[in-house]
Amino acid sequence: MAELFRICNLTKTFAGKDVLKNINLRIYRGEIFALIGPSGTGKTTFLRILNLFEKPTNGIFEFDGKPVNGTPLEKNRIRQRSSLLFQTPAVFNLSVFDNVAYGLKVRGFDKSTVEKKVKEALGIVGLSGMETQKARTLSGGEAQRMAFARAIVYGPEVLLLDEPTANLDPYNVAKIEELIRHIRDKCGTTIVIATHNLPQVKRIADRVGVLLEGKLIEVNSVGGIFTSPGDARSAAFLKGEMVY
Amino acid sequence: MGSFEFLLDGIVRAFELIVTLNPYILSITGVSIKVSGTATLLAAMTAIPLAFALSFVQFRGRHAVITLVNTGMGLPPVFVGLFVFVMLVPAGPLGFLNRIFTPEAMIIAQYILITPIITGITLSAIKAVPEPIIETVYTLGGREKDVVLTTLLEARFGVITAVLAGLGRALAEVGAILIVGGNIAYTGSVGGIGEGLSYTRTLTTAITSETSKGDISTSIALGIILIAIYLFVNVAAGFFRRQD
Ligand SMILES: Nc1ncnc2c1ncn2[C@@H]1O[C@H](COP(=O)(O)OP(=O)(O)OP(=O)(O)O)[C@@H](O)[C@H]1O
Ligand SMILES: [Mg+2]
Repeated sequence: MAELFRICNLTKTFAGKDVLKNINLRIYRGEIFALIGPSGTGKTTFLRILNLFEKPTNGIFEFDGKPVNGTPLEKNRIRQRSSLLFQTPAVFNLSVFDNVAYGLKVRGFDKSTVEKKVKEALGIVGLSGMETQKARTLSGGEAQRMAFARAIVYGPEVLLLDEPTANLDPYNVAKIEELIRHIRDKCGTTIVIATHNLPQVKRIADRVGVLLEGKLIEVNSVGGIFTSPGDARSAAFLKGEMVY
Repeated sequence: MGSFEFLLDGIVRAFELIVTLNPYILSITGVSIKVSGTATLLAAMTAIPLAFALSFVQFRGRHAVITLVNTGMGLPPVFVGLFVFVMLVPAGPLGFLNRIFTPEAMIIAQYILITPIITGITLSAIKAVPEPIIETVYTLGGREKDVVLTTLLEARFGVITAVLAGLGRALAEVGAILIVGGNIAYTGSVGGIGEGLSYTRTLTTAITSETSKGDISTSIALGIILIAIYLFVNVAAGFFRRQD
């Protein structure tokens, strides 16, 4: 399988504090990679590095075979091919339609295509008919689903999801999970998902990375990690015995 | 005549002047709206781009300009009047323009007075747009121009409030335009009262002169119109603030 992200000896330091320590990881095209670990362990920081919002303090970071050096133009080129769904999505003070249409308009799609794709995406996340509602008036779960629609509507090659189902009820969790798998199966999208939800990892991921205090202590297949974890600490975390 | 009747009589005659559309009063109102409206339009056309440049472009002297804007927000109108006067008098550096005691001179003075105000309020409206909104633009594939456009959209009510604050300040101001405009009306009686039609006489400057002349009913009529316009501007500003 072709690798999309190659990360070697990556370190991220915020104000003298090492948040990510010596990370080595390859993420392959078309896989669903889950990043798990306790709160404050660096999952969001890692996803933000993948979407170029943070610059690694040290180490190698390659996207699609090329080192990333972070000029505005290069950042835009990579982001044009990807999408990061933030842990707390920001909502534009516009209608639901205009929020979801944003990435399409930026890419210069014509009006009728925008309308068709937005309608389709809203249907998928169960927000049909809410096009004209002001997005700021949506409930937390609705806003989360709208942000999901906004992130997938233009068909990104890479989808980075930061706890995408944290605010949702079980019905919508199941729907989003189904959608994540569907997008990958149908479009070959590479998906990196940060989550606390271990059953969810079991249901959707191909591979799992366990992040503990900024260190990637284990990377394993989803089958492997739940049956025979290679690290005692990740075994403890998976059993819910990790105390912080 | 007791003071109460004196006041009552003034108010009654003031309403008479307004409902009969007295030409002197109308012309004064017209000059006020024209001068302050033009000054506000020109100031907005300078202030809004300036606020965006100060927010998004790193250039040398940026902090100096911001300090200038902050200082300018509280400039005493008479000082601005004196400054423009000195520039425009025949012996002054811009004397050749032959513009002292004209509506244009008043527009220049009010432009100088309110450009910092509109810039300052627009700056804080831009600052109030949360960082995650800007990151969302980037992750959805937007470029720098999309960030500027979206910020303008997100801050739109704040920007409108800024412009209306400038307009309100200009309409209420008397010190600067009295000095550079001269409170001139054409001679010749029109409709039996006043001094004909306004050339550089505005609601505020006319109130000063009519009051000192003892023409209380004309002053009250002008005051009622001034307050009505001012109220309208502020109600509009309040409306846009509530939209946020
Ligand atoms: N910009 C920053 N400046 C300073 N410290 C930061 C910054 N961003 C993150 N951190 C710190 O880095 C650590 C990792 O944060 P991060 O948000 O990546 O954790 P997380 O694994 O996503 O946690 P959660 O599961 O609670 O979302 C935290 O201790 C956080 O306080
Ligand atoms: Mg997080």
